[in-house]
Amino acid sequence: MIPEMGHFALIIGLALAFLLATVPAWGAWRRNTYAMALAPRLAIGLLVFVAISYGCLTVAFLQDDFSVSVVAANSNSLLPVIYKFSAVWGNHEGSLLLWALILCMWTAAVAIFSPQLPLLVLSRVLAVMGGVGVGFISFSLLTSNPFARLLPSIPADGNDLNPLLQDPGLIIHPPLLYMGYVGFSVAFAFAIAALLGGRMDASWARWSRPWTNVAWAFLTLGIMLGSWWAYYELGWGGWWFWDPVENASFMPWLAGTALVHSLAVTEKRGLFKSWTVLLAIFAFSLSLLGTFLVRSGVLTSVHAFATDPARGMFILVFLAIVVGGSLVLYALRAPAVSSRVSFSWVSRESLLLFNNVVFTVATLTVLFGTLFPLIVDALGMGKYSVGPPYFNAVFVPLMALLAPVMAFGPISRWKRDSTQRWKAELLLPGVAAVLCAITLPMLQADYNLWVALAVLLAAWLVFGLLRDTWFRMGGAAGFPRGLRRITPSYWGMVLAHLGFAACIIGVVATSQYAIEHDLKMSPGDTDSLAGYDFRFIEVAPVRGPNFLADEARFEVTRDGEFVAFMAPQKRRYLASGSIMTEAAIDPGVFRDLFVAMGEPIGDSGAWAIRLHYKPMIRWMWVGAIFMAFGAFTTVLDKRYRRQRSRAASAADGAEYAR
Amino acid sequence: MHPVRKQRLYLVLFIIVFSSAAVGLVTYAMRGNINLFYAPAEVAEGKAPAGQPIRVGGMVVEGSVKRADDSLETRFEVTDYKASVAVVYVGILPDLFDEGQGAVASGKLDSNGVLQASEVLAKHDENYMPPEIMDALEQSGYDHKGVKQ
Repeated sequence: MIPEMGHFALIIGLALAFLLATVPAWGAWRRNTYAMALAPRLAIGLLVFVAISYGCLTVAFLQDDFSVSVVAANSNSLLPVIYKFSAVWGNHEGSLLLWALILCMWTAAVAIFSPQLPLLVLSRVLAVMGGVGVGFISFSLLTSNPFARLLPSIPADGNDLNPLLQDPGLIIHPPLLYMGYVGFSVAFAFAIAALLGGRMDASWARWSRPWTNVAWAFLTLGIMLGSWWAYYELGWGGWWFWDPVENASFMPWLAGTALVHSLAVTEKRGLFKSWTVLLAIFAFSLSLLGTFLVRSGVLTSVHAFATDPARGMFILVFLAIVVGGSLVLYALRAPAVSSRVSFSWVSRESLLLFNNVVFTVATLTVLFGTLFPLIVDALGMGKYSVGPPYFNAVFVPLMALLAPVMAFGPISRWKRDSTQRWKAELLLPGVAAVLCAITLPMLQADYNLWVALAVLLAAWLVFGLLRDTWFRMGGAAGFPRGLRRITPSYWGMVLAHLGFAACIIGVVATSQYAIEHDLKMSPGDTDSLAGYDFRFIEVAPVRGPNFLADEARFEVTRDGEFVAFMAPQKRRYLASGSIMTEAAIDPGVFRDLFVAMGEPIGDSGAWAIRLHYKPMIRWMWVGAIFMAFGAFTTVLDKRYRRQRSRAASAADGAEYAR
Repeated sequence: MHPVRKQRLYLVLFIIVFSSAAVGLVTYAMRGNINLFYAPAEVAEGKAPAGQPIRVGGMVVEGSVKRADDSLETRFEVTDYKASVAVVYVGILPDLFDEGQGAVASGKLDSNGVLQASEVLAKHDENYMPPEIMDALEQSGYDHKGVKQ
C-alpha cells in the first residue's frame, strides 16, 4: 500500500510541477497578479508531495518490503538500518527521486526566503524551476519508476546494497553533491527570468549571488567527500582518478567557480552581464550533462549502473531542450541586457576576467577530454580512452597560471588601479613567499622543485591575503575595532582563498612525496617506508553484521616507538558474495599511513599487501572545507538582508510590477 | 578607435591567444595519453600494434588465472570466445576481478603477443558490464556466458 501512495504522491507532484511551470509564467506574461501569486504556494505544495513520495520509498526500505523491485535489488534484511536509509539513493531510481526532492527543496526555499523579490521576477524564477521539475519527475515516472513491484514472485530476501556503498561517507556524499548540482538550477532560473524580463541590474546579481554561492559550497563539499571516500574505500589509495563521472561533477564546479566570480563583477560594477547569464546556463547544463553521463551508462566508470537506453535518450532530449531553449532565448535577448561601462586594464575587473577565462578554458578542456571517447566512438573511429596524464598535463598548468594572479585580486581596486600601488602593497608578501619557498621544502631530505613552486604560490596567496586584511582593518591602530568593520563576504573570500592555498600544498606534497609499496608479506615480516616500520603480526577471521572478513593486523613503529595499530580487512559480503577491501588508515595533519590487503599468495599464509605513506593529503580536503565554509559565510553579509527590509517598503518592487 | 571598442578588441585578442595556447596544450597532452581498445579477436589477427599503449578486454578465461608464489605477478587470459589474449600483471588486482567475469587490461603488447598490463579494471557491480566488452562480445556473436547467439 505504502509504495502505491508514494507513486501516487509523485504523480500529484508532477501535476503541481506542471502547474508551477505554466500558470505563473502565463501570469507574468499577462501581468496577472493572482496567477503570479500562486507560484510560491505551488512550490511548497510540490515539495510536500515529492517529500511524501520520497518518505514512502524510505519506509519501504526500512520495512524490508522486497516486493518493491528497487528494495529487493539494493537492500537486505541483514543490512544495518543506517545503510537501509542511504540505500534509498544508492541506486538509479532512488537517486533520481532524491534529485527531484532536492530540486523541490531549492524551489520551495526560493519561494520562502525571497520576500524581497518583486513578484514578477519570483514567479518567473519559480516557473523555470517548475519546468525543470517537470523534466525530472516525468523522467522518474516514465523511465525509472522507483515504486515498481515484483509481483507475484516476491523474493524472500534482497540482493543487498553494493558493499562499496556501505560506508558512512557515502551516506552524505550523494545528497551534498545533488544539493550542489541542483542548486545551480536556481542560478539558471534567475538567469532565464532575467532574459525573459529583458532586465538585469545590480539587484538581479544581488538576488542570484547568495543562491549561487550556497550551491557552489554544497558542490565543493560533495566533491570533496567523494574524493575522500574514493581514498579510503576503493582500497588503492588514490584520491582523484579523472574518472568520467568525477569529471561530470567537476565541470559544473569549474563553471560555477567562474560564475561566482563573474557575479561579483556584475553585482558591484554592473559589468559582464550577458557573460554571467551565459555562465549560469552553462553551469546548469553541465550539471544535466553530468546526469546524462552517469545515468546513460555510455562511459566506463566506477559510478555506472546497469542501464537502459531509454533513460539515456530521455535525458539527452531533456538536455537538448534545456540547452537549446535557453541558448535561443539568450541569442534573442542577450543584447538587451548587455552593459556599457568601461574599466581600465589595471583593475579588479580585469583580474576577475582573467579568472573567468582560466576557469572557462579549464572547463572546456575537461569537457573535451571527457567527451572525446564518446565522439570518436560515435564517428566509428575506434574506442579510445583518455587517461589521467591528459588531464594532469592540461589542468595543472592552468591552475599554476591562476595562482600568481589570485594574490592581486583582493588587494586591487575596482575600475582603475595602479601598478605602483600593487608593487608597494605586495612587495613584502612577495619577499616572504620567496623565503618560504626556499626554506620550507628543506624540511624534507631532498629538495623538491615542484613542492618549492607550490609553496611559493600558496605562500604568495596567503601573505597577499594577510596584507590585505591588515590593510582593511586599518593596521595595528585599528585592531581590534577594525576587525568588526570587515564584512562577512570579505571573510568568506579570505577563507575560500586560504582553502585554495591549502589545496595546492596538499595536492603537490602528496603527489611528490608519497611512497607506495605493493609487496608480498607473511605474518612476522616487517617493511619500512619513510621511517615507519610496519610489522605484520597475524591474519584473523572477523565477523561483521552482514559480512565475514580476514583481518590483517599490523603494528607500526618509528625508531622503536609505537605509532599505531592498523587492521585492514578483506570482506566477503554474505548476501551478494562480493569481495571488498577495507583499508586501514592512520590519519595525521602532516602524514597518513595506509594499509590495504590484496589477495592471499600461495598456501603459506602470505598476502599481497599495499603500504602507503601519504604526506599532507588531508590539507586538500581541509582546503575544500575552507572553500565551502567561505562560500557559506558570504551569505551572512548584511547587504543581502538589508535588501529585504528595503523591499518591504515596496519602493523597489513597484518599478518591476509596473 | 573608440576606447570601448579598442578594449573589446584587446579582450578578443587576449582570449584568442589564450585559447590557442590551451588548444596547443590539449593537442600536446592528447598525444601518447590516449589508448585504443582492441577485442581479443583483433589482437589475434595482428591488428593491435606492439609496444604502444592499448587496452584489451573480454571475459577472464576460467582456470587461466595463475598467481606466482613469490611475487605479485598474475597471469591470465581474456577472451571474446573467438580468440584469447594472455595478460601479465604485477600488482594488486581489483576486488571484483575473477574468472568468468569481464575485465579490461591496459598496457603494451610484447614481442610474444603477451599484454604487459599496467592496470586492470574489473566491473564494479553485479550487473554492470563495461561497454567495450559488451561490443566485443556482440561482434564475436557470444553472450557473456560464452553461449553462441
